[in-house]
Amino acid sequence: MVQPLDYLKETPSQTAGPYVHIGLAPGAAGFEIFETELGRDIAGPNAAGERIEIEGTVFDGTGAPMKDVLIETWQANAAGIHPHPADPRAAEVEDGFRGWGRVISDFDTGRWSVATVKPGAVKGRSNRMMAPHLSLWIVARGINVGLQTRMYFGDETEANAADPVLNLIEQAHRRATLIAERTAPGRYRFDIHLQGDRETVFFDI
Amino acid sequence: MNRPTDEFFQRDRTWHPPAYARDYKTSVARSPSLPLLSLQQSLSEVTGPTFGPRDIGPLDHDLIRNYAHGGEPVGERIIVHGRVLDENARPVPNTLVEVWQANAGGRYRHKKDTYLAPIDPNFGGCGRALTDAEGRYFFRTVKPGAYPWRNWVNNWRPAHIHVSVFGSGFIQRLITQMYFEGDPLIHRCPIVTTIPDARAIDSLIAPLDMNAAVPLDCLAYKFDIVLRGRRSTLFENRLEGN
Repeated sequence: MVQPLDYLKETPSQTAGPYVHIGLAPGAAGFEIFETELGRDIAGPNAAGERIEIEGTVFDGTGAPMKDVLIETWQANAAGIHPHPADPRAAEVEDGFRGWGRVISDFDTGRWSVATVKPGAVKGRSNRMMAPHLSLWIVARGINVGLQTRMYFGDETEANAADPVLNLIEQAHRRATLIAERTAPGRYRFDIHLQGDRETVFFDI
Repeated sequence: MNRPTDEFFQRDRTWHPPAYARDYKTSVARSPSLPLLSLQQSLSEVTGPTFGPRDIGPLDHDLIRNYAHGGEPVGERIIVHGRVLDENARPVPNTLVEVWQANAGGRYRHKKDTYLAPIDPNFGGCGRALTDAEGRYFFRTVKPGAYPWRNWVNNWRPAHIHVSVFGSGFIQRLITQMYFEGDPLIHRCPIVTTIPDARAIDSLIAPLDMNAAVPLDCLAYKFDIVLRGRRSTLFENRLEGN
């Protein structure tokens, strides 16, 4: 016998189900209950940097758009700072910048879009710079554990080429699944594929 | 300043349900087929959104009152309470806990729910609360009903409350479901049984807690939630290098 390790086990995940909107985005789902809907305003009015809009669709393995997805986004501000005590520069973040967003896909089309500011590069492990990116967390009916991925920007060619996370992806052609296409000034398109030839790279972090 | 304790324990993927679970049919086309890319944590993952009292309203945690339109919701009145802890058994304070559920008849207030049980005019079915300094949270609500769903021809969801929790880092983010002690539908549910380990399923079943019940008013169930623990880095490379 040995001494027992007395760690607790993480509570196991369960699917968010088809009615996730009731709990996490009731206003977006069309019913008024809370005064403040959380996650609607990522950057706030004072944030520096380029104002951008990101739109996309999540596709299932049959190629059908998923119309009941909820996505949360997390990002640094334009200076690459996270509004969180673990970021040594957190005090410099603009007042009202939350860095966090929550969006649901359209019930009819599956399209989703978020408005924010383009994040700056963030220092990664061993002081290697990571290209500007958003962290995404995707939940829906049929997704048993929330899916984690990143969205990079198509107009950051040099930074993306040096990014330590993108370079971890062994099959180089799959790196493109994490890079949003710039469709117009300030507008990006980022589609997510759960399966198939264009399956998005998801992380275990 | 480096914060070497900010990394989180690795997630035990054998404890969680697999992405692909044949008996939960919707997961078949919604599960990535390629392996997840293992990533060491950076500042992008160990940070996450923070919340405060200004984000929520005074009735948000009371589902009996937060959507009442001149009456009380129908159903068995219950308190759901517990603590949010991490895997080191440390409390997770000031974190946002959000819940949603069907009404006592098993019907959600959602335009996509067409089950024949009626909507309750006094019940919305969602609530939220911040944990206190000891990680405690509580809600008051009515016990949700079981309801049928389209998977096999005759599948029923056990009574359950959906629970969403943040923690302090974005990779602690968790959504789960709380079940009720004694419900015979729990182990018949293909969503519950996506979880391979019986002990993990047990950890989602809230016991009746008579000590927290309010006599002549409502029963209580206790549901503790465990998020990923933080690692004390002993001899490892620090998150941000030197």
